[in-house]
Amino acid sequence: MFHNSAKILVAGAIAALIASSPVTAQQKLKIGFITTFSGPVGVIGKHMKDSVELALDHLGRKVGGLETEMIYGDDQFKPDVGLQVAEEMMKKDQVDLVSGIIWSNVMMAVVPAVTATGRIMLGTNAGPSPLAGSQCNALFVSTSWSNDQSPEAMGKFMQDQNINDVYVLAPNYQAGKDMVAGFKRYYKGRIVEEIYTKLGQQDYQAEITQLRAKNPKAIFAFYPGGMGVQFVKQYNQAGLRSQIPLYTVFTVDETTLPALKDDAIGQWEARFWSPDLKIPASQKYVADFRKKFGYTPSYYGAQSYDGIMLIDAAVRAVKGNVKDTKGMIAAMRKADFNSIRGKYSYNVNNLPIQNFYLLKGVKGSSGEVEMQIQKTIFENHKDSYFQDCKMKW
Amino acid sequence: MTFGLVFEQLLNGVQFGVMLFLMAAGLTLVFGIMNLVNLAHGSLYMVGAYLAVAATAWTGNFALGAALGLAGALLVGMVVEVVALRTLYERDHLDQVLATFGLILFFNELVAIVWGRAALYTSLPAWLQGHVELFTGSRYPVYRGLVIVVGLLVAVALWYVVTRTRIGMLVRAGASNRTMVAALGVNIRLLYTVVFGFGAALAGLAGLMAGPIYAVQPGMGELILIQVFVVIVIGGIGSIRGALVGALVVGIVDTLGRAFLKPLLGSVISPPAAEAAGPALASMLIYLLMAVVLAVRPEGLFSSRGS
Repeated sequence: MFHNSAKILVAGAIAALIASSPVTAQQKLKIGFITTFSGPVGVIGKHMKDSVELALDHLGRKVGGLETEMIYGDDQFKPDVGLQVAEEMMKKDQVDLVSGIIWSNVMMAVVPAVTATGRIMLGTNAGPSPLAGSQCNALFVSTSWSNDQSPEAMGKFMQDQNINDVYVLAPNYQAGKDMVAGFKRYYKGRIVEEIYTKLGQQDYQAEITQLRAKNPKAIFAFYPGGMGVQFVKQYNQAGLRSQIPLYTVFTVDETTLPALKDDAIGQWEARFWSPDLKIPASQKYVADFRKKFGYTPSYYGAQSYDGIMLIDAAVRAVKGNVKDTKGMIAAMRKADFNSIRGKYSYNVNNLPIQNFYLLKGVKGSSGEVEMQIQKTIFENHKDSYFQDCKMKW
Repeated sequence: MTFGLVFEQLLNGVQFGVMLFLMAAGLTLVFGIMNLVNLAHGSLYMVGAYLAVAATAWTGNFALGAALGLAGALLVGMVVEVVALRTLYERDHLDQVLATFGLILFFNELVAIVWGRAALYTSLPAWLQGHVELFTGSRYPVYRGLVIVVGLLVAVALWYVVTRTRIGMLVRAGASNRTMVAALGVNIRLLYTVVFGFGAALAGLAGLMAGPIYAVQPGMGELILIQVFVVIVIGGIGSIRGALVGALVVGIVDTLGRAFLKPLLGSVISPPAAEAAGPALASMLIYLLMAVVLAVRPEGLFSSRGS
């Protein structure tokens, strides 16, 4: 009898706790952040997490003035794992919103699950075209770009330079084809050949031999991560760097520069941001990041830093009432915060309208090779899919 | 499609084949003699690459770094055999697959903890950076030429050791009938450790030679391992000769397929269709070849297994 009443008491206490928890939840903000920590691509996850931590430091560990708890999840580069991690964050950890995500296929799996619960999904890297167009979503906001905007910028630059006879290389998967499609949207000159290599291929000597035989005027390539390290190294070893300029997107960045060093000298890239961007918020981010973590941040990190700052602005706008997702989204769409890319605005599809720059690998003042901004290719560039998005604001 | 171009692509194929051979030789011996399915062979390749990069940075000398990397891979291989694999010989293949898969995870995390997840910086010394003129307008990187030479020298040395020395005799005997070798009083434990260490050193050699061309990063071994298994299936389990022939065939077929399949298809079917089918078919080519060999000679081209 005693035991039973004790049980009832405990049950009652738990019930009271559960009933009172929404009150305490108001005082605390829980943010889920999904990225990849395992495998070779885990370096990107490290860049992103370190940037989130720096943003929290800059905000005094209080996002929007609320006590903040970050919950990091590892998607292991797999859509099903990413979805599972997101579900766990929402059910077990009761996060208020989900952010992060590197890969387009993970994003496509996670966005419907998160937004179906009425939560905001704040993307800080992946930009699959469906989310910018036909499948745009009022609760999905991005601090990055649509995948093919960078190759569009490179295509525009090479078109403006009247470069003809371009040899195109990319891995044989959806993103590779999207990149080439984006490039060709703005580049209208002659393309000597389009080569699609196996995803994850290590050795490009056969392709390099073939392209040299065709004697093109320039190369356009998309080789992210380790593929890029290998392709660029082998391109230099074949002695082609001084003969045929190499234009790439998502190939040489601050995650691969430490492995390439001098091999990246003379490399051309197109991007919306680079660590040398002359904007106070960006300079503060880069300087403090280097001081705290001892390495140079990449655009992956910059977007994630911006993501936290954007959440901060939104939570302030709704005065800490994070259940007001409508108000949060409305505030996010104003982009009223000090972004690392400078002032920007949001398109109807909740993707940034922003500048894209031409970058070149040069030896910096510190003696290290770095990607430096050469010129602005696009000002306030919109993605090519927003017309398919039926949202009205 | 000039002769010079085809010759250069053949060289590329041989160079890729030689790398595969160094991996396959060790793996096929371990499988043939010790009856052990070692999925972690790629990890030893990775360890060789990392140790060589670290030793090169430490000593400032490429050749010395390579030598230390090689010795390190040999040592790591023997330690792994003594500590982890010894208990697995009597277990069935599924247990071995599970345990050696565990070793892959262990080594990938270990190098990530020690050296970080980002790809490491590697470079070639000045004397290996140039290229040689083969024909007019056709150049070949000196370093890749060196890889071919080293690989072929190792093949000759292996042939000598396996066919002309006492330890080679034991290795061959072990490959065809393990029980009988043990019954004749040979210290099979020691033989196993030596063979495994030797295989690890060959994998390490492939890894350290791959360092300056490929990205030295966690998980680099698994990228090459699948092709190595194809080589072994084609060449025949336990046969060094099979590994050499299989590796060269796979290397050349893969390279020529990537280079010439699309233009060749383009002259037979419509160019847009060739555009789509070419790359897909080129990446399937070695697996198609393996399927044909399996159908015609299920034991591989040069199986050394006694029936």
